[in-house]
Amino acid sequence: MKQARGRTAPRLAPYAFVAPAVALFALLMLIPIGYTVFLSFEKSQVSGLGLGTGARRQVFAGWSNYASGLTDPTFLSSLLRVLVYSLILVPVMLGLALLFALLLDAQRVKFQRFARLAIFLPYAVPTVIASLLWGFLYLPTVSPFPAILARLGLSMPNLFTTNTALFSVANIGVWGGTGFNMIVIYTALRSVPSELYEAARIDGASQLQVALRIKIPMIGPALVLTGVFSVIATLQVFNEPHTLAPLTNTISPDWMPLMKIYDLAFNDQDSYEAAALSVVIAAGMFVLSYGLLRLSNKHVFQGR
Amino acid sequence: MKLILGGHPAAMRSPGPRSPRPGRRRGRTAAIAGAAIAALAVAGCSSSGGSTSAPAATSASAASSASPASSAGSAQKVTLSFWSWAPDIDKVVAIWNASHPDIQVQVQVQAGGDAELTKLLTAAKAGNPPDLAQVEYQVLPTLVSNNYLANIAQYDSSLKSDFPAGNWNQVTLGTSALYGVPQDAAPMALFYRADLFKKYHLTVPTTWAQFAADAAKLHAEAPGVYLGTFSSQDPGEFAGLTQQAGAQWWSTSGSSWKVSIDSAASQKVASYWQSLVTAGGINNQPQWTAAWNKGMNNGQYIAWVSDVWAPGDMPTESPANVGKWVMTALPQWTAGASVDGNWGGSSTAVLAASKHQQAAAEFAAWLNTNPTATAALVSDSGIYPADIAAEGALTTAPSYFSNQPAFWSLAKQYAAEASPVTWGPDVDVAYSEFTSAFGGAITSKASFLSPLAQVQSAVVSDMKKSGFTVAAG
Repeated sequence: MKQARGRTAPRLAPYAFVAPAVALFALLMLIPIGYTVFLSFEKSQVSGLGLGTGARRQVFAGWSNYASGLTDPTFLSSLLRVLVYSLILVPVMLGLALLFALLLDAQRVKFQRFARLAIFLPYAVPTVIASLLWGFLYLPTVSPFPAILARLGLSMPNLFTTNTALFSVANIGVWGGTGFNMIVIYTALRSVPSELYEAARIDGASQLQVALRIKIPMIGPALVLTGVFSVIATLQVFNEPHTLAPLTNTISPDWMPLMKIYDLAFNDQDSYEAAALSVVIAAGMFVLSYGLLRLSNKHVFQGR
Repeated sequence: MKLILGGHPAAMRSPGPRSPRPGRRRGRTAAIAGAAIAALAVAGCSSSGGSTSAPAATSASAASSASPASSAGSAQKVTLSFWSWAPDIDKVVAIWNASHPDIQVQVQVQAGGDAELTKLLTAAKAGNPPDLAQVEYQVLPTLVSNNYLANIAQYDSSLKSDFPAGNWNQVTLGTSALYGVPQDAAPMALFYRADLFKKYHLTVPTTWAQFAADAAKLHAEAPGVYLGTFSSQDPGEFAGLTQQAGAQWWSTSGSSWKVSIDSAASQKVASYWQSLVTAGGINNQPQWTAAWNKGMNNGQYIAWVSDVWAPGDMPTESPANVGKWVMTALPQWTAGASVDGNWGGSSTAVLAASKHQQAAAEFAAWLNTNPTATAALVSDSGIYPADIAAEGALTTAPSYFSNQPAFWSLAKQYAAEASPVTWGPDVDVAYSEFTSAFGGAITSKASFLSPLAQVQSAVVSDMKKSGFTVAAG
């Protein structure tokens, strides 16, 4: 008896401990993902005028949703657009974040705490609010910029042309994202052992040399992490362009990949093709982030 | 998959939809997350009507009770959920609740027509829609083709004579079924600043030719001042203008649909506005933005092609100019004609998933035909009622238009002139495509004819994809 119980109890206990987590994971992740994949192979089929009871049925669609979604020129151009957007946003945002972090970490900087908070603050502003704020600043008739620029003898450029809209949206991303990445990088900088700095100083290294030769290599993992997260986040951009869209003719409802999916699901009532494109994007994201991490593991985390 | 957290561009426009404003494209912003939460919330709220009636009495006589289900009202207390975006609609509903203790209606306020439709489709698909919803005429076929609306013909068919034929046709879709009770009529009208028309020596146009001449004259006299704007965000407005020109975007014959969005009538309207935008007398920026509000208020826009629901919006858009705006008939294509189009308008529909369809149909009929209710709809919610008797009862002009005592009799006249409309089962697709195609054409200063053709082909291919039979046209 005693032995038997002793043997079974440890075998069950681990399962009991992980059960809640597994149940939640299945409920909140696996089932929705499974349902999305299922929907992506379905379509709605109408008979006749489609107005009577039972005139619309859900039927198996094979790969047709994937085929039509992936050949849709608007989806392809939105993919291209988001890549360009990412190329603009990520380097600028991370470059600024690194610069600010290094400046804050350098010695003899005044108002350190205030500056840290001030740079971080935009991250605390919800992206929708941020987009509304910037939207008002971008529209010439309600923006204070034209008046200010006029005093300097300049005129405000149209920030919503086909060429400038991407930068206008990216600007909101930079404004909102720099602070968060700066904090991550700054935290990594603080954990660099101070003996290294002392050694460098004894060797006569300048602040700049310390930054370039010691700090940046030491925080490589943090830079990779922020880089991967930033790429993933920018490829999923939705709030900013979706909020700005009603202000301009330039940003169409299917301007970015996720907007395209939203447009399909809620404007075209085609949740099936929307599901197919969601699966495509999720798979692409997975491959991309896995690849990025693999690549950086090789180069940055070497020998750790 | 990551949850998409949605933005809320509606907030970017005039603060809050004040009127039963029609289906503008971008209001459709309730995010996936929002919709899911709403669906959950509704699951908790609706159909919780059930048995709260005297429990003590039942056990003794239950077995001998003869008529199990005949009396809907007396024993069972029912709670109905009602989605609407009409301002202060809860005040109107309170009147019903006070006099109907057994059928209590609970309003769940929505952001606007587009936002509500998104939530409604999601909730209905999830099986948890409200019992009643305010539904715009143009999306009724979408909801009906998804089988989400109850046919309430057996309860409310007697109301037919209370409404203009055009509105009634929109809620029956030309069949013997009834999918909603008409709430507001939405004939279009032209609004202009009387003081500024005088300043710029313009005559009030009665034809579109005169309107174009005014625009040209205005542009010559005061560049930067506009007679209005062509908004890529307002497919419903364009649709109304083409109805006036005789376009019928959808029609049915037998069991097949005909799509004529890219018809000669629509092309005429598109080319007309393109020429005005090119000439400069009409702006090309979207409506309902902060910049547009400012322009409406500071005299940058001195006219507005709009609708009889404008009194609800005007105090927000042009607060400084009470008594200066005047409503007149929409300019005509043929001098002396009197044809109008519709921009929006909505009905009260009962959802197929409702467990209390009869009670809901009773409320829908009361809300839109009872004199007390319609009077409250006008005064509290700023709705222009579709009910013929209620139309006739309107005497005092809305306060913003107190300069125009005949406001309501003009509105009634326009309502009578509005062309009948048949909406298709995927108006949403057309509106979405309109926004992006016309937005693109405006940005690249291209012809308005190709986006029109784009809308047509998007709608046809969407319908074919769903399996509708679409006749060539």
